[in-house]
Amino acid sequence: MQHGKYRFIVGFLAAPLGLYALFVVWPFIQSIYYSFTDWTGLSPDFTMVGLDNYARMLDDDIFWKSLRHSLLFALLVPVVTIGLALFLSFMINVGGRRRRGGPVISGVRGSAFYKIVYFFPQVLSIAIVALLFAFAYNPDSGAINSFLRAVGLDDVQPLWLGDPGLALWAVMAVVVWSTVGFFVVLFSAGMASIPMDLYEAALLDGADRITTFFRITLPLLWDTVQSGWVYMGILALGAESFAVVHIMTTGPGGPDYSTTVMVLYVYQKAFRDGQAAYATTIGVALLVVTLAFAALVMKLGRRERLEY
Amino acid sequence: MKTTETPAPVPAEPGGTLTRLTKADGPGGASPGKEKTGGVLNVFSHGVLVIWAIMVALPLVWAVMTSFKDDAAIFGSPWSLPDRLHFENWSRAWTQAHMSDYFLNTVLVVGGSLIGTLVLGSMAAYVLARFEFPGNRFIYYLFIGGMSFPVMLALVPLFYVVDNMGLLNTIHGLILVYIAYSLPFTVFFLTAFFRTLPGTVAEAAFVDGASHTRTFFQIMLPMARPGLISVGIFNFLGQWNQYMLPTVLNTDEDKHVLTQGLVQLAVSQGYKGDWSGLFAGLVMAMLPVLAAYIVFQRQVVQGLTAGALK
Repeated sequence: MQHGKYRFIVGFLAAPLGLYALFVVWPFIQSIYYSFTDWTGLSPDFTMVGLDNYARMLDDDIFWKSLRHSLLFALLVPVVTIGLALFLSFMINVGGRRRRGGPVISGVRGSAFYKIVYFFPQVLSIAIVALLFAFAYNPDSGAINSFLRAVGLDDVQPLWLGDPGLALWAVMAVVVWSTVGFFVVLFSAGMASIPMDLYEAALLDGADRITTFFRITLPLLWDTVQSGWVYMGILALGAESFAVVHIMTTGPGGPDYSTTVMVLYVYQKAFRDGQAAYATTIGVALLVVTLAFAALVMKLGRRERLEY
Repeated sequence: MKTTETPAPVPAEPGGTLTRLTKADGPGGASPGKEKTGGVLNVFSHGVLVIWAIMVALPLVWAVMTSFKDDAAIFGSPWSLPDRLHFENWSRAWTQAHMSDYFLNTVLVVGGSLIGTLVLGSMAAYVLARFEFPGNRFIYYLFIGGMSFPVMLALVPLFYVVDNMGLLNTIHGLILVYIAYSLPFTVFFLTAFFRTLPGTVAEAAFVDGASHTRTFFQIMLPMARPGLISVGIFNFLGQWNQYMLPTVLNTDEDKHVLTQGLVQLAVSQGYKGDWSGLFAGLVMAMLPVLAAYIVFQRQVVQGLTAGALK
């Protein structure tokens, strides 16, 4: 297998590696470098300013707001999403009626149907989902408030995206809505591979379903839960939160920056305000937050690996 | 493993001893008692599951319904059924609101990037999986490192890189960038896949005089088809639904892709205040992926979950 090996390797790697280096790696390196300059992005001239951008960032109230919102996105959204998904997938896979002569634990009737429907939002663009919910949240004529009126809750007519105290929660709910189905399917696949005799043994010991869930299902599923958590957190810090906040909230960024997240702030500084260097500084902070989040979840989630 | 220390061996006759032990047995036989415990939980779990199913399906049904209403009905009574099916919303959106152009742009961009991603991704993955050479590990980790970095950080300089190359607001520029950003996951997934394929077939072909390139395209690539399909679906959905990259790199309205075009329409208050047309456009953009999902349901789920499981 040696003949012409290196020529082949170089030939096959050149195009993909070149493209990747040019459009991904090189911009990453550049952006860290730019965070030490006063580059506007509009003109090619800039000078080195050392840590000025970082000092400015620490004094920037909007930066701290966006950091707080991003942290909420990274911590709360995955917890709610994964919690809800675990609950639903346990219902789907274990909540079934016990049939005579059948397996001790069984899925509900129509489990395949539930999994198909729950997955729907996952294949839709987050941008389209965001648009749809922006209409639904409209305080006067949106679907949600009209529904509340229809059931007699005329006094409960929140402004949703227009209310600084509510906007962020309304936006986060959309991310949860669109991602739960993915984890239901993921966890269902994990649950299906747990051997049935473990459940049988637990039931023989008189364990109820809640105990079964916490003592058997969750520990055996833990690896999946953990990688799902990291994956979801990175999404919630980046692309997902950008799309929902950018599209749904006025400004964009919400009334009084109430929904501004770091990734949106980077975008606005760079492409709206002509402060490319400062934008990359916030971007570096975002990178630090992302890596810290992943490390934290990995550390907190470390358990003895169970083999079965 | 710990749980197996419990009195394990399950009685041979299924449903017999076991069900009796779980206190479900009512007098006079198994079934009525079982209905009781199993039944309550069953009703409860079905209740919860149905509620979530409604919460997922209702917004989508509502969107489809709204796309057939006129503007007055959309604002007057958001939950009522349309008085008649206003198909003109759809035709208006398709032609006047440029949905047809956005569709075409999206098909071109996604088609080009998908092919490019699969070809370049499988080439890189094949070399990394099956050949030893200095720097192999480094290049592999360089690729997969891209999965965890926030894209937005790179977007600022990327804008200027693309601009300097004269690729801003072009379809082929967008294709190249999509490919580059799809490579980390694709290489990661396919490297693992190529490692699982038997090497003996490739060696046999090589001994028979086929070149490395020929071995790859004629032997290995066809063998990798299941992996290519999974990763292809994953990339298709990701690229079709992409929003951040085109928002930054593709600001020319004639070159807009679907997601961008729709958001643009909504921001400008629906073109000329035409909300019904906007809803028609929204549903138009939703239907192809929903239809594709229903048809290729199994592959979509496999493709997407493979990403998070590994």
